Amino acid sequence: MDQSLRELYQEVILDHSRHPRHFGALADATHSGEGYNPLCGDRVKIYLLVDGDNRIADIGFEGKGCAISQASASLMTDMLIGRTVDEAEELMGGFVHLVKGESANGLAEEDRERLDVMAGVSAFPMRVKCATLAWHTMKSALEGGEAAKTE
Amino acid sequence: MSAQPKLKPTASFDPLAARADFEILSREVYGKPLVYLDSAASAQKPRHVLYAMQAFAASEYANVHRGVHCLSAAATERYEAARETVRSFLSAAHTDEIVFTKGGTEAINLVSYSHLAPRIQPGDEIVLSVMEHHSNIVPWHFLRERYGAVLRWVDVNDDGSLDAEAVDAAIGPKTKLVAIAHMSNVLGTISPLKEIVARAHAKGVPVLADGCQGAVHLPVDVRDLDIDFYALTGHKLYGPTGIGVLYGKRALLKFMRPFNGGGEMIREVGRETITYADPPARFEAGTPPIIEAVGLAAAVDYVSALDREAVAAHEHDLLSYATGQVQELNWVRVIGEAKGKGSILSFETQGMHAHDVATILDREGVAVRAGHHCAQPLMERFGVASTTRASFALYNTRDEVDAFVAALRKARTILG
Repeated sequence: MDQSLRELYQEVILDHSRHPRHFGALADATHSGEGYNPLCGDRVKIYLLVDGDNRIADIGFEGKGCAISQASASLMTDMLIGRTVDEAEELMGGFVHLVKGESANGLAEEDRERLDVMAGVSAFPMRVKCATLAWHTMKSALEGGEAAKTE
Repeated sequence: MSAQPKLKPTASFDPLAARADFEILSREVYGKPLVYLDSAASAQKPRHVLYAMQAFAASEYANVHRGVHCLSAAATERYEAARETVRSFLSAAHTDEIVFTKGGTEAINLVSYSHLAPRIQPGDEIVLSVMEHHSNIVPWHFLRERYGAVLRWVDVNDDGSLDAEAVDAAIGPKTKLVAIAHMSNVLGTISPLKEIVARAHAKGVPVLADGCQGAVHLPVDVRDLDIDFYALTGHKLYGPTGIGVLYGKRALLKFMRPFNGGGEMIREVGRETITYADPPARFEAGTPPIIEAVGLAAAVDYVSALDREAVAAHEHDLLSYATGQVQELNWVRVIGEAKGKGSILSFETQGMHAHDVATILDREGVAVRAGHHCAQPLMERFGVASTTRASFALYNTRDEVDAFVAALRKARTILG
């Protein structure tokens, strides 16, 4: 099989998309955000619980979408829970660079290794927006701004 | 420049011979032969069209309707000859009923802005079907937002077919226009247009047909249909982008106000007064798409030289062959199974998102469309967020259908 396809749809990605972690709404969310990709009609909703120390105590997400967008959202929840908002924002920036195939030097070695499963997206420019939808939505939820959109 | 390709009218159709007219189809993508199944989004262009545009630009080009010089006269002649070619293609009564636009979308917007907007009152209704493309929805939404018009949606049946009775039932005393696709870009459904027109006219309501797909696959005789407006686009008809057509009955065009203002659409401009040109010039402000008009005429000539019935039979064969194959896959649900439908195959894949499927197909060389196909009300009607769509054109082959189905099976092994 095409090597780039193998990287894009590697087992970790498919596993996340079939069995998304932290799927569902949070009853006690302090923040929420909605993302929409008008190109494909995919939607994602992110719920966040940020505690008094400005730390992300919990995340939930809902939505329907392609394997890439679902896996990316699931992986994101896994990686951001327990981080402070500042740490989360740093990671989000690094992730967007990574999937665009740009230098993501700011990422800690351990984070980089975990996010590397998404790096295959960079070979598919038309699919970068699928990967970033949940992350942009997370950012807008934290900022309490308008619905995120990737198009 | 290469030699001028000659048209060879024949009484049968050889898809492989036609295929040779489309240079792009011999290229590869990712090292695999290109299988282009996205012609409903935009069709490829035969060398006749490319040659005509290049030759015209290289030898006869100038602005139209302006200069008295030799080239302007030649270009004007070609531009107006293109109008006549389109008139004949649509069997319209008069050449001045053919308005060149920049595409199908602009043609429909022209009717919205110039015909309907000046007449619409709050509560007036526009009847449209749920299978419309956004280009035949959004211009009517504008009238809803701005003037309080009401959109009356006509549902399709579960197999995707549209009944003239259902359209008729939606037409009331306040209906000002019926706007219906001749052929759906998602379902392939062909509307019973003639019957719809007859029923609408019985109630005094004009009908606009979105013919962007229909004009490619079906013979269109606007007089036989008695249709009031018919919109089509060049690039789906094997012609260039940047040009479309609005056919409008003379009696209707005559009373339509201008849309864009600028050169060529006026009779006389004073400081405080203005009078407008007659149709079609009234609706062609500014320098029109001249080279594109020549290209469109070449595309129409190309299609007209083929045995269109034989082409339709070939496309139908591809559609039924492909439909039969994908229906053997128990994880595929075909959306749109109306009798006599056109060569568009939309389907949902269980457990696999259309974009993932299309990405894998792409790497196998197979170009399909994935998404909502600019038909979100229809997606909602069938309870899907998106579908994968393979559309078949005159240059496709059964071998390509096989490649498409093999790629689909591969997607299943990767994602399933």
